[in-house]
Amino acid sequence: MTDYTDKIKEIAKRVLDEGKVDMVIGFRKGTVPMMNQPHYATSAASVDELIWDSSCGLNLANYLTDKKGNIAIVAKGCDTRNIVTHVIENKIKREQLHIIGVPCTGMIDHHKINAMFDKEITKVEESGDQITISGNGFSETLPKKDLLAENCAVCTHRNPVEYDELVGDLVEEQTGVDQYASVKEVEAMSPEDKWNYFEDLLAPCIRCYACRNACPLCYCPTCFVDESRPQWVGKSQDPTDVRTFHLLRAYHCAGRCTDCGACERVCPMGIKIREFTKKLNKDCLELYGWEAGLSLDQRPPLDTYKADDPEDFIK
Amino acid sequence: MTLIKIDKKSLDQGIEKAKAAYRVFGPVKQKTDHDFKLLDKSELPDFNFQNTRLSPKAIIYPQSQIMFEYSLDETSEDCRIMKEVENVASPMAVVGVRPCDALSFPIVRRNFDSPEYQDTYWIKAYEATTFVGLACNSACATCFCTSAGTGPFGEEGLDILLVADGNNFFVKELTEKGAAFIKAAGWSGDADANAASKIDELKKTAEATITAAVETDKLREKTILELYDASFWEEEAFSCINCGTCTYVCPTCWCFDVQDETFGKSGIRMRNWDSCMFPLFTHHASGHNPRDVKYQRVRQRFMHKLKYYVDKYDNGIQCVGCGRCIRLCPVNIDIRRICNKMNSFDAAKAACEAVAS
Amino acid sequence: MQNPYLPYPVRIDEIITETEDKSLKTFKFVFLNPDDEKKFAYSSGQFAELSIPGLGEIPIGIASSPAEKGFIKFTVFKTGKVTSYLHAMKEGEIMGVRGPLGHPFPWDMLKGKNIVIIGGGFAFTTLRSSIVSILDPANRSNFGDIHVVYGARTPGMLLYKEELQGWAARDDIHMNITVDGTDDPNWKYLKGFVPTITEEKAPPGSDDTYAIVCGPPIMIKFTQPVLDKLGYSHDNILMSLENRMKCGIGICGRCNIGKDFVCKDGPVFTLSQLNQMPKEY
Repeated sequence: MTDYTDKIKEIAKRVLDEGKVDMVIGFRKGTVPMMNQPHYATSAASVDELIWDSSCGLNLANYLTDKKGNIAIVAKGCDTRNIVTHVIENKIKREQLHIIGVPCTGMIDHHKINAMFDKEITKVEESGDQITISGNGFSETLPKKDLLAENCAVCTHRNPVEYDELVGDLVEEQTGVDQYASVKEVEAMSPEDKWNYFEDLLAPCIRCYACRNACPLCYCPTCFVDESRPQWVGKSQDPTDVRTFHLLRAYHCAGRCTDCGACERVCPMGIKIREFTKKLNKDCLELYGWEAGLSLDQRPPLDTYKADDPEDFIK
Repeated sequence: MTLIKIDKKSLDQGIEKAKAAYRVFGPVKQKTDHDFKLLDKSELPDFNFQNTRLSPKAIIYPQSQIMFEYSLDETSEDCRIMKEVENVASPMAVVGVRPCDALSFPIVRRNFDSPEYQDTYWIKAYEATTFVGLACNSACATCFCTSAGTGPFGEEGLDILLVADGNNFFVKELTEKGAAFIKAAGWSGDADANAASKIDELKKTAEATITAAVETDKLREKTILELYDASFWEEEAFSCINCGTCTYVCPTCWCFDVQDETFGKSGIRMRNWDSCMFPLFTHHASGHNPRDVKYQRVRQRFMHKLKYYVDKYDNGIQCVGCGRCIRLCPVNIDIRRICNKMNSFDAAKAACEAVAS
Repeated sequence: MQNPYLPYPVRIDEIITETEDKSLKTFKFVFLNPDDEKKFAYSSGQFAELSIPGLGEIPIGIASSPAEKGFIKFTVFKTGKVTSYLHAMKEGEIMGVRGPLGHPFPWDMLKGKNIVIIGGGFAFTTLRSSIVSILDPANRSNFGDIHVVYGARTPGMLLYKEELQGWAARDDIHMNITVDGTDDPNWKYLKGFVPTITEEKAPPGSDDTYAIVCGPPIMIKFTQPVLDKLGYSHDNILMSLENRMKCGIGICGRCNIGKDFVCKDGPVFTLSQLNQMPKEY
């Protein structure tokens, strides 16, 4: 995917020169391996910094919320689905955007890769679908498919669903992947095992809110954990408060989450945040046949009423 | 200054022995990363690490700390009167703390221990703690301790410095507290005459592995206003998502929030870590917020660490070069980049360029 | 080591509703332990944290003067969680006070000087403290001419109405009480905005004349040019700032403006000092 870089730069330069947009939101090379920094370009010099590789896992739609003016944005499959959701939820207008679609073959997972090596990784290079990871006294080349973030491994929407132009040919969508394999595992647990599982999952949480802030869906002017009149959730590390935050946040994302994986990617403690949101995505699919952000013309299930909506919970 | 040489076995035995007199904290691998934890009986610190994910500041200054308790029972004679909770810090020892993290404690102390006000919670915990440091024989790519006031073999903030040499350790006693710990651990065995030069050799090798640096020499001479009004803040702040990761993993960040929590007829007043990155940090009851735009908050963090603290205490920057914020920032905001931008900022030149463009 | 976060327990001795819209009330507190009152030795211009267990703390300027013994007074505006609860409390209830905090007005420097006190709306609380201190027979001869300009939106919104009338009748203080506007035919004082009245009534600036200004940002914005015009140097203009606070003792890191904490290095700053500080308030 590194060959996309030149195409992105070319498109960015063109749309800026044409005055079509005021800024182009993309990534520039990070200062640590497997990290890239969201970056906006407004001039030739800043356009030159734009790159694309397999460490562009953050969801750039996060930077569109309530923005004014015309913006070009580099967006892979899941990002475009969030852009669609943003448009549907009136957080940005479609006319403001020039979506530079990126057919994506997946992002690598820096948590997973760091855990694979004892020593510090100082360089990660990619060539085709091979990733070379090196540090002081070691260098290993591994196939990218073994290093993918979990959501990328089961992704069925790698191509942008909404775009103004593409940086490359559309890629083949994956088939035969079970998106919800891990959810089913947890569903099969006994209540006691489930309790222990979630207790263990959330124990390291430090309430930094990186997961919430990296998520394009979380744009409430005052998040429910920050309300004070009345105060719904405590601010300490009390496990009840930590669980309330994560579970309620997942519910707020129900029917809207595109499994972009930004939440898991940004967590400094390596918590598998997607365990909650994936369950709700599965429920939405099973109850309403709904996957978020696939079409600008469809309203989400929690927004609409159909006569045949399941109601077996009404006894 | 006593210099002892012991082997790994004596080191481990000594730590186990010291648990009789101290609550001992050490780095332990938990799932994928090392973090400091209170060592159980027979549990030993794992020195097979570069640095812990979270800083050891939580040992002295827990993320959530109860300060007072109160009763709301109208029949009680103490109704609505704040009562102090017991604050007796029993002796603690932090074994395996890196010199960068060790320096963070004297830096933070200036905030909690001033001539006018003493934070009894922080000070009591700090004074009850003995810091047994572990020198770094090689650095990470993100370490810049040598340009942040210390170094891989730095001694400020430590009571003992351990230097690993193959399967042996030099034990350098630095303070009286350090001497007491050595006694409790039963470490003995004078190092030979070559020890000092061996340590020096290891130190030089370690310092040579440091590739990252920040420039701070011109920060003091610039005025607050010229840095505050600089034009680069909006661009640098763009990617920030205003989470609290940098402030929570940073050993020298200390801001907190005070909250009351009531359960039925009784309650506690506690303090929790807070972050200047959160939008509500400076939010007034009237609705006014002096830092309601993102770049103002990002600017506040870096101005505080690299300028306000510098001016206030005339003792260097409020950063020890541990590199955690660089490694853990989800959007790769790099303090080295910003520090160098601040240090090299030329207000007059920028004004000319602004006029010209 | 004294725990600086521990409040002194106090009892609410008296509650007076100051303004016609009931948004401002003056609370008179009496210390449960007489020793605490000695420890609470304060000077005009300082503030304290009013502490309500279960709710939290609020930083409020001390409205009483050290010349008034046996109690302390605070005038509180109802605006948020803690102030709303406080407004609903009754005489006789127990709560806490932590302080005194912050730097007072620089009384040593003001000895022998003329002082112009300019206040607007409910920012007048520490100014009341200052006036009562100055007018105390033990202190009055320490100061030169005292002028006061105090304005509110309407007569009903003025604080300390009876005391204002008493001061207006004195000859050792020049009171200029004004309202933005009123239809009351019995209104015997001035009409006009505080900056306008300041321009008309305040003495010209000099080395021996200081201005103390407390008020909402809009009042300060228009009063400052007036003081410039009258020749007040920026070293001689004193202002009292507010900010979001928690600890009040310069430790929690919340209230800073540049390198200064409003709670510990302020809340009183000269305009010269403010000009060197970032405009983050």
